[in-house]
Parts: sequence; C-alpha cells; structure tokens
Amino acid sequence: MAKYILKRIGLAVATLLLIIFVLFVLVRIMPGNPFPSERMSAEQIANKRAEMGLDDPILVQFGRYMVNLAHGDFGKGTSLYYGAPITTVLTTCIFNSFRIGGLAILMGTTVGLILGITAALNKGHFLDHFCTVFSILGVCVPGYVFLIFLQYFFSYKMSVFPYFFDASRFLYSSILPALSLSLFTMSTVARFTRNEMVEVMDSDYVHLAESKGMYGSKLVTRHILRNALIPIVTVLAPLVVDLLTGALVIEKIYGINGIGKLMVDAIAGEGVDYNYVLALGILYSALYIGIMLVVDLLYGVLDPRIRVSAKEGDA
Amino acid sequence: MAEMNEKAILQFQDLDISFRTNAGTVHAIRGVNLDLQRGETVAIVGESGSGKSVTVKACVGLLDANATVNSGKILYRYTDEKGAQQVVDLLTLPKRELRRTINGSKIAMVFQDPMTSLDPTMTIGKQIMEGILIHKKADKAAARARALELLELVGITDAERRMKAYPHQLSGGMRQRVVIAIALASDPEILICDEPTTALDVTIQARILELIKDVQKRLGISVIYITHDLGVVAKVADYVNVMYAGKIIEVGNVNEIFYEPKHPYTWGLLAAMPDLETDDDRLASIPGSPPNLLHEPVGDAFAARNAFALKIDEKAEPPMFKISDTHYAATWLLHPDAPKVEMPTELVARLERARKEAEKYL
Repeated sequence: MAKYILKRIGLAVATLLLIIFVLFVLVRIMPGNPFPSERMSAEQIANKRAEMGLDDPILVQFGRYMVNLAHGDFGKGTSLYYGAPITTVLTTCIFNSFRIGGLAILMGTTVGLILGITAALNKGHFLDHFCTVFSILGVCVPGYVFLIFLQYFFSYKMSVFPYFFDASRFLYSSILPALSLSLFTMSTVARFTRNEMVEVMDSDYVHLAESKGMYGSKLVTRHILRNALIPIVTVLAPLVVDLLTGALVIEKIYGINGIGKLMVDAIAGEGVDYNYVLALGILYSALYIGIMLVVDLLYGVLDPRIRVSAKEGDA
Repeated sequence: MAEMNEKAILQFQDLDISFRTNAGTVHAIRGVNLDLQRGETVAIVGESGSGKSVTVKACVGLLDANATVNSGKILYRYTDEKGAQQVVDLLTLPKRELRRTINGSKIAMVFQDPMTSLDPTMTIGKQIMEGILIHKKADKAAARARALELLELVGITDAERRMKAYPHQLSGGMRQRVVIAIALASDPEILICDEPTTALDVTIQARILELIKDVQKRLGISVIYITHDLGVVAKVADYVNVMYAGKIIEVGNVNEIFYEPKHPYTWGLLAAMPDLETDDDRLASIPGSPPNLLHEPVGDAFAARNAFALKIDEKAEPPMFKISDTHYAATWLLHPDAPKVEMPTELVARLERARKEAEKYL
C-alpha cells in the first residue's frame, strides 16, 4: 500500500510540473500586457520588461521562475499590489477563502447527507418530494442570487447578519456567504445520497441483511450508507475544490478578500498580471490534484474491492 | 388467533397481492393456499412471473413498496419462551417486529444470485456474525466461534482465513455457501430458498442442493424451494406446488406430480423438460406466454394456451378438485361431467421411462 501511495504522489508531482510549464508558456503567449499600460509610456514599459526579464528566451524565464518557486517565492505582481510579494498577499486571500469554503463544505455535506438520507428513507412520501424540490432549486439558483436574497432578509430587513465581510468578526460575517456557497454542494450531495441509497436499498445484499433481521439505523449505517458513499465521494471531490478556491461572484458581492476575487483582479485589472495568474493557476491545480489523490486513497478505505486491486498493482 | 392446520408450521391462506405500477394495477397473487409442515420440503414451481417469489417475499416482509396485500393470511406457529404454542399472522406484524422476532431467527432466506446477495464492503465473517449478534445474547467471541462452525457446516475449508475474506475474493459456489451459512446463523425453523442454484453452473448446483438437503436433515428444518427447474424439484421436494398466473393450480407429493400429473399445465411443464430419449429433435414447449395480470383473467387463466381447454374454461375459473388426500388440481377436466381426456401419449411414455429409471436407484 505504501508503495502505491508513493507512486501516486510521484505521479501527482509530475502532473503538477507539466501544468506549471503549460501555464507559464500560455500566459506569456497570450495577447495582453502585464503592466497597467495606459498609465505608462512605451519607454517605461520597455524598462519594466527588461527589469523583470520578460525579454529573455521563454525557457530561460521558466528556469528562473522554477528556481524561485523551489524557494517558495512566487515573485511580485506585475500590475497588482505593486511591490508586495505574492506569497504575502496570497496567504491572506487563501486564509479567507479556505475558511469560508471550509465552512461551506461542512454545512453542504452534513445538511446534504441528512436531507438525502431522510428522502431515501421516506421514498415516495412528502419528505422525499420536499427534498427533491429543494435540491432542484439549489442546483438551479446560482449561489450569488441566493446571497443577495439572504442579504435582503437577514441584513437589511432583520439586521441579524452583516452586509459585508469583516475579517475581525470572522465567523459572524462568514455565515451568509458560506451558506450561499454551500447551496449547490448541499443539493448535489442530497440528490446523490438519495438516489444512491434508494438503489442500494433495493439491492440483494440489503434484502439479505433484512432477511437475517437487520433493521433501523444499524441497517442504514452498516450496509446502506457505506455502499452508497462510494459514488458520493466521487461527486463531492471536485465540489470541494470549487468551494475552497472561492466563488468569484460571491466574494465580489460580499466584499471578501479571497482568491476568487484576486483571480478576477489579476485578469481583469489594468493589465493581465502574469505572476498572479500563474500563482493562482498553480494553486488551483495543486488543490485539485491533491484532493483527487485523497479521494483515490479514500476509495480504498471505503471499498475493499479497490483496496485489493491496489495491492495487486503493487506487486 | 386464526384457524390453522394442526400440523402446519407455516400456512398461506388465500393470499392475494397486487402491485401498483404506472401501467395500472397488476394482480400478481390471486389467492394462494399453501401448507408447510415441520421438517418437510415444499417446492413451488412455475414460469417467470407466475408469482413464486412474491409469495415467499410476503412472508419475510420483503415485498416492494408498491405492493398491497388485499387479503389473506400467512400464519406461523411457534413455541414461545414459556413453551406455549403461539400462532401469528406474519402479515399483521409491523416490519420492525418482524425483523426482530421472525427474520433470521425463525424464517431465513437464501437468494437467487450469490454474486449480488453479499455486502461487498463487509468481510464474510462479519456478515455471518451479524445475524448471530442480533438474535442471540452472544458475545463477539461466541459469535465468532459459531460463525466458524457454520462455515465448516456449509463445507468451506480453511474457515479461519475465509472469515476475513471479502465476497469478491470467493467464487460463486462459495458465496452461495456463505449465504446459506448466514441464513442458518440464528437457527431458523424455516429456510426459504429462492432459486438458490439458478445462477450457478451445473456441477456446483448439484453440490449446493446436496448441501441444503444435508443441512435440512441434520437440523430438522422445513424448506420452501422456489424454482422453475423440475430437475431440482425431483431431487429435493416432498411436496410440489405448481403455480400459474398467481395461483397454485396443482399440488401433490413429488410422485403424484411427476407420475400422475392431472393439470394440462403440469403436463406441459413435464413435457418441456429436456430428455435424451425423446424421438423428436425439437424441445417441446407450452405455446404462448402467461397472461398479463394487468387485466384480470376471465375463467381459467391457462385456457388460451391449453390444447385441452373446454368451453367452461373461458367462463368460470375451475376450483381445486381433490384427487387424493395430498393431490389436488384446478382444472375442469377433473369435473365428473367433463369429457375423458388423457395425458398425451408421448408424455405417458416418458414418465414411464422416468419411473423405471428411478426404480433402479431404489
């Protein structure tokens, strides 16, 4: 098993390196100017390019970038946050996004699972229909529309929660954005849990368990949920990445200084900030690859059939 | 409690079940009567869709959610802790109560396909122990010992190691042995086998049948066997119920059904069995297909496929006519006023051959 994990980690690193290279080249060959060009003269731009080494051959630039990256240095912004190291800015943004995203994942999966299980156990009855309607709404209504709706009621009408994000009152001001962010995950998890459980509940092995006298919560946790979870983990993984990397619009609306907002600023600011785009691209990819790795390993824990084939792959 | 046959341990009385479907109501079980006595094996045979499985699923509380029991009873006789005889209608027990007191500990079931009937995420040891732990006041160690004993009883060698195996690591025949071990875990009095050998290859089939027979003899339990394979019936059953379109149309002991069948449908079933000595190269079959029970059949449900159908078959449903104390059949041909109709000569010759063949082994 250890060998299998090492192999997977090695593959993950290789994938990430390839992605960094492609991103690096793409950013440089795309049209657009890395500097706030409207405020700079041609001479200033030329100076700046020379200073940042942008006129060197692309492979030389890449080599230099990788050496810095190996030291944990993403460089400095070309147009954004003049002069501040990207690492510092990124840390603040990641902190905000991850905490709100984490809260959203927590709410989304727990509420989603509860809704899905309730629906499956009451298949065909009122609660099932209620959960279905809820999850269709949740998938259809964009999170930011829901956020505006929440702001209207809870901030404007009832003054329970603040209008905007406030880092000094973190938890209090994260509830509304986290809730709206979690809506999609919640609905997706609820729908999948319900469908998977209904399918598993009709399987021969659950009937066998029932015919030996299993019922109630023991039947659900030991036989039904365990088997239903395997496909749920698959849909959950990419959702988790989406939530962690922040929501572009929700962060903008709620004034959250997160990575979603940073991405928008880096691309749609006065210039396309090469280094920020690159740093964020690397972060997104690393997260995605990391979570997929965790999911693959989790499969092995949940499903013995996969565990064994992984062992065989070892030998 | 309700009237129950003195000797029976399980008795189906006028069971009537229908299913709500998008196309309408399907009247799948139309008055089934069946007795099971202690220690004996009763087989239910019939085509796919004749209602065999639904009948037994009703008594273990595994009917689909869209099923409705319109009428009838499934009476079960047991001895309570004080040693008194009790009779309970399984259809009136709440699900939870049924699972707690009946499923596994009194009536256990073996399913058709061993490839799908074991939980893929749980070791087989745990799956066997689970049943013991819910019904018996046993600790883990005792349950484990009992599980090992059961695995050996069903003929699994190297039981200690197999306990830790997951279902996918075992072959189909082994899995069916495990399913049987699970069914036997809490000492049930009745074992229901729903086509237990259909999904297995022929050599394994024979061994599983031997195993069930052996277990039955050793433990003295009663068995209900569902199958469409008359060869299996001949090997295992004491009594045979032939089912057609949600009704039992002929019942008798195994000799009566195999050597003196009275219902044209039973004739058809017997004639359709492959046989090496028949002159005809083609496999005999019953023409047509079973009626669609979305529409209530008028008269005898088998009439349309019956070469010996009488006019009355299209108007009235035949009652059960008594042939002997154990042999009954629902066909108008047995009515005193009916014209004399004999079994097709081909079948007579064939049954005669079978009887001679069987005598060699006696």
